[in-house]
Amino acid sequence: MTTQITVTLADLTRMLRESAGEEEGVDLDGDVLNTTFIDLGYDSLALLQVIGLIQREYGITIPDDAVADAETPGALLALVNASGATTD
Amino acid sequence: MSTAAVVTGLGITAPNGLGTEDFWKATLAGESGIGPVTRFDATQYPSRIAGEVPGFVAEDHISSRLMPQTDHMTRLALTAAGWALQDAGIDPAEHAEYGIGVVTSASGGAVEFGQRELENLWSKGKEYVSAYQSFAWFYAVNTGQISIRHKLRGPSNVLLTEQAGGIDALGQARRCVRKGTPVMVSGGVDAAICPWGWVPQIAYGLMSTVNDPERAYLPFAADASGYVPGEGGAILVVEDAAAARGRGAARIYGEIAGYAATLDPAPGGARPPALGRAIANAVADAGLVPADIDVVFADASGVPALDRAEAAALAEVFGPGAVPVTAPKAGTGRLLAGGAALDTATALLSLRDGVIPPTAQVAAADPEHRIDLVTGDAREAPLRNALVVARGHGGFNAALVVRRAA
Repeated sequence: MTTQITVTLADLTRMLRESAGEEEGVDLDGDVLNTTFIDLGYDSLALLQVIGLIQREYGITIPDDAVADAETPGALLALVNASGATTD
Repeated sequence: MSTAAVVTGLGITAPNGLGTEDFWKATLAGESGIGPVTRFDATQYPSRIAGEVPGFVAEDHISSRLMPQTDHMTRLALTAAGWALQDAGIDPAEHAEYGIGVVTSASGGAVEFGQRELENLWSKGKEYVSAYQSFAWFYAVNTGQISIRHKLRGPSNVLLTEQAGGIDALGQARRCVRKGTPVMVSGGVDAAICPWGWVPQIAYGLMSTVNDPERAYLPFAADASGYVPGEGGAILVVEDAAAARGRGAARIYGEIAGYAATLDPAPGGARPPALGRAIANAVADAGLVPADIDVVFADASGVPALDRAEAAALAEVFGPGAVPVTAPKAGTGRLLAGGAALDTATALLSLRDGVIPPTAQVAAADPEHRIDLVTGDAREAPLRNALVVARGHGGFNAALVVRRAA
């Protein structure tokens, strides 16, 4: 049986903390869906790191452009969840 | 008259003490931080002894944002740099944007981090390699992370002259101060206690295989058997003397008064060995004569032939037994790119307190070396000028003279 995967904001913030830490003065548990990654203290390498983790955890492939295109957690989640990722 | 470059801050992470005063207390007491390797399983290797920094909990010193992107080596370096700036009473935000630079020494880069990512690559695949591997392993990573963390945008470099690097970095820091950068954060911190850091050193054949922490590294002793590697080092704040006085610096440990570096001839080469020339040039660069040097912090290889060469170089410049010689690194192991920086910090503490720390663990020098090696108890003495000597594998020689603040 195949199920469509949905990555939630809570999943993403957990993976951000795990792969790139949390900037002092930033509360990832707050309303960060539309806050830019730059304002959250994450640079492109941090994004590369978390995207790598998402790919490994969910077994999906995310295009390299995502690092440049997804400027906010909301945009990244939309991209990930639209990738049609499935699990068996 | 050139601008004087003085040291106004110290930060130390060493196997026999985390923090300047813990280190200095242990060093004066001749306490050793050398013991069995715990950072990796060394049981299959011929050398199984190292100097590891005790009690370092990285999370206490490094932000969660920096943890995934830093090696143990860089975490130690960032900790030492933070302490050095604090000790100097410098808040970078109060200084000119390009007024503080960074120059550190490195040897193999962050090999523990690099090894882990290579293991991820070959055992799991490229998806498992950290994006931070792109810079975390790099020789310049300590310089870069110190610069970024404290927003230091002045001239920044890294120097690789193997174990002589700590002195060469301080020489470069002095050069930058003379060229007009008021403050330089300098020195070196290294850590390579992992298989990738171990194997090349085994290949050189200079590491001790006497796996007894009390007998493995006995520089200048009759039963010297090679060296023991260690981790850690020192970061020093080097500052324009006038600028330091102008801002009311709390303390001036001393002046970087003389510096010189030379290269040995290639094996079988016609030139004589060049260590003596580095020492003589550093003394002359300080405007001194050999009789002005009150104590020598030796390179102290622990390899008998290299100990003989250093003793001969010292005799060539000073005369046999004419100056007290010490090697506190016998209690830390050789800290690779961090060793000479730690020796310089130790020399400055020696000048501050008028006391020469002993060569830990060594009962007496081999009489054949004809050196006045300080062993057993620390030796009190009026000290004005100290010489620090360092050698790096591949022919690097460096010497530095530090002068007590007037």
